[in-house]
Amino acid sequence: MSKKIIPVGPYHPLQEEPEFFQLHVDGERVVDIDIIIGYNHRGIEKLCEMRTFDQVVFVVERICGICSISHPSASVNCIEDCARVTAPLRAQYIRMIIAELERIHSHMLWLGLAGHFIGYNTVFMWAWKYREIVLDIFERITGNRQSYAMFKPGGIRRDIKKEEVPKIINELGELERSLEMFRGAVLDDPVLHARLKGVGILTREDVITFSAVGPTARASGVAIDVRKDDPYFAYDKVDFDMIVTENGDVFDKVIVRVLEMFESVRIIKQGLTGMPDGPYDTPLKDMPPGEGVGRAEAPRGEVYHYLRSDGSNTPARYKVRAPSFMNVATNAVSAVGQSIADATLTLAAVDPCYCCTERMQAVDYKTRKKVYNWSDLVRLSQEKTQQLKKKF
Amino acid sequence: MSNTASQDILTEVRERLSAKVTQWDQISGRRVYIRIEKGDLLEVARYLFFEKGARFCTASGVDMRDAMEIVYHFSFDGIGCVLSMKVQIAKPALEVESLAQLFRAAEWVEREIHELLGITFLHHPNLKHLLLDDDWPEGDYPLRRYPNE
Amino acid sequence: MSFLKKALTKSPWVFHLSTGSCNNCDIEIIDCLTPRFDVERFGVMLVGSIRHADIILITGSMNKKSVKRVKVLYEQAPRPCAVVACGTCSCGGHFFRDSYNTDTPVSKTIPVDVYIPGCPPKPEALIAGIVKALGKLDEKRKNR
Repeated sequence: MSKKIIPVGPYHPLQEEPEFFQLHVDGERVVDIDIIIGYNHRGIEKLCEMRTFDQVVFVVERICGICSISHPSASVNCIEDCARVTAPLRAQYIRMIIAELERIHSHMLWLGLAGHFIGYNTVFMWAWKYREIVLDIFERITGNRQSYAMFKPGGIRRDIKKEEVPKIINELGELERSLEMFRGAVLDDPVLHARLKGVGILTREDVITFSAVGPTARASGVAIDVRKDDPYFAYDKVDFDMIVTENGDVFDKVIVRVLEMFESVRIIKQGLTGMPDGPYDTPLKDMPPGEGVGRAEAPRGEVYHYLRSDGSNTPARYKVRAPSFMNVATNAVSAVGQSIADATLTLAAVDPCYCCTERMQAVDYKTRKKVYNWSDLVRLSQEKTQQLKKKF
Repeated sequence: MSNTASQDILTEVRERLSAKVTQWDQISGRRVYIRIEKGDLLEVARYLFFEKGARFCTASGVDMRDAMEIVYHFSFDGIGCVLSMKVQIAKPALEVESLAQLFRAAEWVEREIHELLGITFLHHPNLKHLLLDDDWPEGDYPLRRYPNE
Repeated sequence: MSFLKKALTKSPWVFHLSTGSCNNCDIEIIDCLTPRFDVERFGVMLVGSIRHADIILITGSMNKKSVKRVKVLYEQAPRPCAVVACGTCSCGGHFFRDSYNTDTPVSKTIPVDVYIPGCPPKPEALIAGIVKALGKLDEKRKNR
């Protein structure tokens, strides 16, 4: 049979950054995949080198909007590591609370979009509806729904007021009830089991050779989590579990994310009650020449920042490595061997790498004739779910 | 993990690599910076990644005016330690062996360094543009600090 | 024809185009469609192809790799169509104006009708912007 190429991207109607996948297909099977990125490259590292250490945190906040606190987390860790200072304990607790709230909203967002991809638009709407609870909390305590500008080297910018605490805990209860509903919806639905199990398997060996991180790695049985391995903020003072599953398929990736949200709620509750009083900011005066490494566990995995300072007020080199950079590459193995209907889902399962396109077209390599477009492909995926639904 | 276990592993690594490492800076049990010669890169990386099970985090190139420095970051997840391995490459012949021969995680990282700093990785399977446009001007490397020297 | 005109103005189909953004604006655009704001009840629909669009919501700082594609996409859009720049990046460039890989602002590449500043603009602001774009669209239709 002749080999065909399906370009996926770089623009997608629904969401997320532009990325470009070329699926090489043989009939219904994906036999190879080319990943072309760079439609989003804005030269953040260079921009960081032009700015003072205080401003760097704002710059890295604009790397990603979904996890807009994970880069500042790594960044403040990195700058504090280089300057050899630690932020006060209260600041560490508040940072942790913000980071965990964000993990919930990010996982919810992903869950919703994953629901859309397999034709469960109800899940999409529900997930985004309950996500608003988190965004409301954010708006109250930080002043913005996203891009909170909360962190600064040496502390945080705003305190969480005492009277806020019971309100937040109350809202978390409401959130937990909706999470419970999601857990039920995922675990008890035979259609989802049939649709997602065994799809897009990423083996343990592949995770290691690609050095994948975050839920992508944990779903394949690789137990890595910066919060546990190299505790930052106040993560060593709270009790939570690392969720690890063994199979590495899309279903396990969903499970890891759903269960992680419960852990996040646990962490936030402990954080809010255990938060000590005291100062929440220490002024950072001088930056000695040297190096610093900052890590943080973003919703998608480990964020890695490396800083080199020459003693001036701007970094000499600022290196940012986002988790997706390692995770997207794994699609090169996990999507291969799948049918086209499953490939969209597999590409989406890593999380950031939505099959971003407005024209996902199957092009016959020789005649250049259009075979599928993007909506056909989502339809393919949704139809498969429908067929499975009928079976049950 | 306890500090002693972490120290044990680091001591073991240090002893094993004593012939290769020209400089060993241990800031704490969580941060170690080492410096090695360019020729030993593959061997040391193979030891860290396969024998010690360190995860390859990333690599970053730094322009040092008369040389380029590549810092390879490895993470020992069990003990929460980051080991950063520095390799200096003298200008103008900016060539170094590719780690993508050993593990695929280095593939994209090296492509990125290649296009932003202009370092050539030998034996890399696919050294083309990753982030920038394909018709980006030849010889224009945005992250170089001293582009005209 | 007047009926068609009226119907078209009442239910604009929007197309979302990210030119290298941080996703913040993009999420807020999707957020407008979900239960809290639900603009679909006013007939605003997000479409998958630019060939169906009345309004183009453009986000991000115009990455150099995207420029060519954005131009091609803009040419494919049916006329008249209104272009809305969402977020500070696409309005004026934000700090990305200093970057080596961006070509800010968006109006350098394609003509922009409505600007919505904010990092990110709130969904309310986006909705207000889309309503303003409707006015522009009406104007353009009249002038044809």
